[in-house]
Amino acid sequence: MQKSLHIDANKCTGCLQCEMACSYENYGVFITAKSRIKIFDFENEGRKVPYTCTQCAEAWCLMACPVDAIRLDAVTGAKVVNEATCVGCKVCTIACPFGTINYVAATGKVQKCDLCDGDPACATACPTGAITYVDADWTGFDKMRAWAGKTDNATRASA
Amino acid sequence: MKHLIIGAGAAGITAAEQLRKLDPAASITVLDGEGEAAPYARMAIPYLLSNQIVEAGTHLRRDPDHYRTLRIDIEKGRAAAVDPVASLVRLVDGRVLPYDRLLIATGSVPSREKVAGIDLPGVHTCWTLADARAIIASLRPGTRVVQMGAGFVGCIIIQGLMSRGADLTVLIRSGRMVSRMMPPKASDMIAQWCAAKGVHVMGKTQTAKIEQDGNSLKVTLTTGEILPADIYLSVVGVKPGIDFLAGSGIAMQDGIVVDARMRTNLPGIYAAGDVAESCDCVTGKSQINAIQPNAVEQARIAALNMAGGAADFVGSLAINVLDTLGLVSCSFGQWQGVEGGAGVELVDEANYRYLSLQFGDDVLIGATSIGWTDHVGVLRGLIQTSTPLGVWKERLLADPTTFMAAYLATSQKAA
Ligand SMILES: Cc1cc2nc3c(=O)[nH]c(=O)nc-3n(C[C@H](O)[C@H](O)[C@H](O)COP(=O)(O)OP(=O)(O)OC[C@H]3O[C@@H](n4cnc5c(N)ncnc54)[C@H](O)[C@@H]3O)c2cc1C
Ligand code: SF4
Ligand code: SF4
Repeated sequence: MQKSLHIDANKCTGCLQCEMACSYENYGVFITAKSRIKIFDFENEGRKVPYTCTQCAEAWCLMACPVDAIRLDAVTGAKVVNEATCVGCKVCTIACPFGTINYVAATGKVQKCDLCDGDPACATACPTGAITYVDADWTGFDKMRAWAGKTDNATRASA
Repeated sequence: MKHLIIGAGAAGITAAEQLRKLDPAASITVLDGEGEAAPYARMAIPYLLSNQIVEAGTHLRRDPDHYRTLRIDIEKGRAAAVDPVASLVRLVDGRVLPYDRLLIATGSVPSREKVAGIDLPGVHTCWTLADARAIIASLRPGTRVVQMGAGFVGCIIIQGLMSRGADLTVLIRSGRMVSRMMPPKASDMIAQWCAAKGVHVMGKTQTAKIEQDGNSLKVTLTTGEILPADIYLSVVGVKPGIDFLAGSGIAMQDGIVVDARMRTNLPGIYAAGDVAESCDCVTGKSQINAIQPNAVEQARIAALNMAGGAADFVGSLAINVLDTLGLVSCSFGQWQGVEGGAGVELVDEANYRYLSLQFGDDVLIGATSIGWTDHVGVLRGLIQTSTPLGVWKERLLADPTTFMAAYLATSQKAA
């Protein structure tokens, strides 16, 4: 069975180990701004929510790409950007309704989570088990709903 | 089953691939009217102009054996007419191709400016690979380019022209850049940016005539002003490529009228992409949405129905992202807002940042941004799924920059 990233926002302390690990894995530097997984800080509620691409079944980014620069990794199920092919048109960044593929001005290309070839550095780095890499057959939408639903409840409770 | 597709652009190729997935035995032919080495994406042309890619980089698919492997026949030739009674398509070269199901995916053609001199050799438009080649061939550092038009295509090719050292003047009839994609303050910001980067932007004017003047051109404006030019670029919009369908009986308004299944009024004939006029999911009006993601989605739906399934197109959403000399702007849905709807506009001229959000009752219906590249996709998500915003509407009106938090807090409830 293919695995997917599982996020349990309740366990996230906002330590940013995942962002550091992602940046190091992909760029060899510890610069959280370069990370493909982001921790959102709901300051009012005191909640932190890790957020990245769920490798959704609809693959809006892949469908929208005009030059075939985003490919499905048959082993991991990840939608992977081929930087050499990407022309930097950014259409994928407005096509993905989850906002999880983003343009990087410095490279002129886009970046997104590629599941690190099946060994995601963020999951390894997370000290609390908020990010785990587990067997799952649910769809991207289910995953999104699961994450967002938790946030929503918390927000409503405090709003 | 014989599937024939007219047009080898984003829509035509996507439909062909989808048909193959659904029907391993069908015969699938795509008519390619431009005869390039392989089907290509017009969208990649700006990056060819700016020398970031070679021509092969514009190809829609990377694997040279892609079409052979999928048993999709790419047939070079232009359709001259459709005969729905005999179920066949006549080609310009005299050949005749029969079909059981026909998809028309001929895209757009550039609108022609009605001014004297528009056929002179130094005059180009920028819609095809051939156009791009012609521009590149005559562009040197210092080449004087007069460009009429600053719509989406006009704006996205500026980078390519400037990167090759063009001395560029852009004429804008309305006075506003990308006026059909974003509000006035956002347009002005982009114009300001271009001017600061060395583009001569001239608003509220247009070309009266173009004349040959030795080796160069003489462009006379409606204001009487005369501009010398080496290249004249006419990029004044596009219209659907439907001329060859006159007399076919296929219903057309601005484009080919299709229903939610991408069917035309005639049995067995479908249309998708820039050429099709369908329902906009925000306004509910029948209109053309000439953008790549729309073409691909319509093609997918058309193919599902052509293969005997029943799939409805949920409607297109206008989404655009533009890069003008490094300034990235986006617009989504009804960026103009609606009467009586709430809206918020954040303008930071000094830093070239802009954000406008427009609301219906409890939902986001449109957005425009300049200078934002992180997570802009959620603006589409919020609009397309009509996510009820609850308390977040007021929060967004107070601080539109919190759109990502609003998304995380509210998203997918409606899905
Ligand atoms: C420079 C440029 C930049 C662009 N940038 C963007 C962008 O950033 N984002 C975006 O969303 N959109 C962009 N677009 C628009 C986008 O390219 C179109 O929306 C998209 O190509 C539509 O796909 P289509 O398949 O409907 O039509 P097309 O891609 O135009 O394909 C139509 C095909 O039909 C063929 N054809 C036409 N008539 C005939 C005939 N009679 N017989 C046989 N074949 C025929 C053509 O040769 C072509 O192969 C851009 C366009 C240009 C020119
Ligand atoms: S980037 Fe967005 S569209 Fe692409 S796979 Fe991830 S969630 Fe889906
Ligand atoms: S930015 Fe790159 S990956 Fe995204 S759609 Fe354009 S070419 Fe494809």
